[in-house]
Amino acid sequence: MAVKKFITGCFDDEAVLFPAVKQVRKKGYKIHDVFTPFPIHGLDKAMGLRDTSLHVAGFIYGITGTATALGFITWALTYDWPINFGGKPFFSLPAWIPITFELTVLFSAVGMVWTFCWLCQLAPFVKKDHFNPRSTDDLFVMALECTDKTNEAESLSFLQSLGAKDVQVQHKETGWWWGRYDKERKIFEPKAEKVH
Amino acid sequence: MVIKEQFIVTKRYKMISMLLMGIGILAIIALYFAHGSKSDPKEQARFWGSLLQNSVYFLLLVNTAMFFICSTILSWGGWQMSFRRVTEAISACVPVIGVICAAILFAIVFGNNHEIYRWADAKVVNEDEIIQFKSGFLNKGFFVGWTIFTIGSWALIGWKMRKLSHSLDEKPLESVEAGKKYMWKTTVWSAIYIVVFALTVLSSTPWLWLMSIDAHWFSTMYSWYTFGSTYVAGIALITLFVVFLKNNDYLELTNQEHLHDLGKFIFAFSIFWAYLWFDQFMLIWYANIPEETTYFMPRGYGIYSGIFWLMFIINFVGPILILMSRGSKRNYATITFVSISLVFGHWLDFFQMVFPGPNPDKVPMILYDFGVALGFSGLIMYVTGNVLSKSPLIVRNHPLIKESIIHHT
Repeated sequence: MAVKKFITGCFDDEAVLFPAVKQVRKKGYKIHDVFTPFPIHGLDKAMGLRDTSLHVAGFIYGITGTATALGFITWALTYDWPINFGGKPFFSLPAWIPITFELTVLFSAVGMVWTFCWLCQLAPFVKKDHFNPRSTDDLFVMALECTDKTNEAESLSFLQSLGAKDVQVQHKETGWWWGRYDKERKIFEPKAEKVH
Repeated sequence: MVIKEQFIVTKRYKMISMLLMGIGILAIIALYFAHGSKSDPKEQARFWGSLLQNSVYFLLLVNTAMFFICSTILSWGGWQMSFRRVTEAISACVPVIGVICAAILFAIVFGNNHEIYRWADAKVVNEDEIIQFKSGFLNKGFFVGWTIFTIGSWALIGWKMRKLSHSLDEKPLESVEAGKKYMWKTTVWSAIYIVVFALTVLSSTPWLWLMSIDAHWFSTMYSWYTFGSTYVAGIALITLFVVFLKNNDYLELTNQEHLHDLGKFIFAFSIFWAYLWFDQFMLIWYANIPEETTYFMPRGYGIYSGIFWLMFIINFVGPILILMSRGSKRNYATITFVSISLVFGHWLDFFQMVFPGPNPDKVPMILYDFGVALGFSGLIMYVTGNVLSKSPLIVRNHPLIKESIIHHT
């Protein structure tokens, strides 16, 4: 499999980044992602990302939790092991609402965390794209995916003309991740390219 | 972008508000002849109960607009600046409805009819140990003093907050220092308002005005519950005015992002209300102590159960299912539908708070009360429209206005 190639441009200003995103999309480049140290309101819309389906999943998990709680308590307390609590009826719904609520929250919360990890492909030991370490500090890093037809020099100068401070061609790292931060590396040094 | 800074009250708007007020007055007159003029004290209580329910509900409703302003100021929420004048205008209804409400409350307390406030009857108190025990709180002097303090302080601090906001209109802040000073001043005044609000709506005033109808029964959660009820409805009212102004090409700086946040508020506080509603019910249901369950017998299990459950569906099941998705919070049609149904639903909530006390045997004909409610809505429309038209619609010199313009959810 061919190793994927990316063109990265680093921006240090939101006011430059937004028009740049617009221009890049207009030109027909495929934006792989924009990495930012903090969430930027409106960037998802500018990049044309669709709404996440995470909340639909959350709703389904929540409903599952409600059904589980109500179903299990009903089965246990009316059919399997009915107990008389202070003369209340066996099927006493108000007493079960708190547990139902808790299970709804628990199911949707835990389910959404796992789904989030799945959607973002986050897991221990899985390698993630990490184009510039300063994207966790003070830079917005835009990564464009290259195809066979991409003219690298042209794209690099195009990004530079849009106000990118630092442009590079990088290759996607492949394979599993084994302790990237073990190695001593200077954070501002451009990392050496290594094609596997 | 051209910004229409001045709201103009159209003839149609004025007509509709006048018409609604007319319906309200007609409903009060009809109610008086149908019930209020009868010699039977129960029938008279039906008349006064309707006035009590409507005036208290709409007073608490418009007052939450000021609570909304003050709480957002204290939390440095700048997003609401673009429609700040709308909330201010709604809160300007407090003195008007406050006077009406105080007049009705005092008429009930000092009148000869004690069907609503039984504790106001010296004869009843003499024979009733439970009310005697509470008489340090439930007496005419404290009722009057606290009512005047409540309504007076709301009106006064609300007036001060509005004045502070209007003081910037013609006189922009000169420097950052002046801006800091201004923010500090508004923060202090809104903090004072919040303290007064906590002492009144959040703790004591609904006990006096509403809970004392069932003088034997008590619930410490009751005030929170009424607050939750009116706060949702208050935000729904704000949303309705915002949508109305948007539809008439005002409030250019307010967009779907602000509407989305208002929708979130409605959604969240509907759940908050349901939480309090359910908690109050469940604790009493669980303990099953006769002196506490009396409150829920006519409401949840008796003849009022229809209204009780209808209100639960309108106020909780509806909003949570309709407003859950992002799209419906940003859609003018759905948010308007939910807002209208919530203002009505919480009005129903107050209906079932008030009437089972004086009328435990028969659910009163609700159309009369609905007519009175329309009258109060007309009054709110009229006052809010008038106040809106007197000042610019945009708080143009406020330090946080930019934050609201670029607001993104």
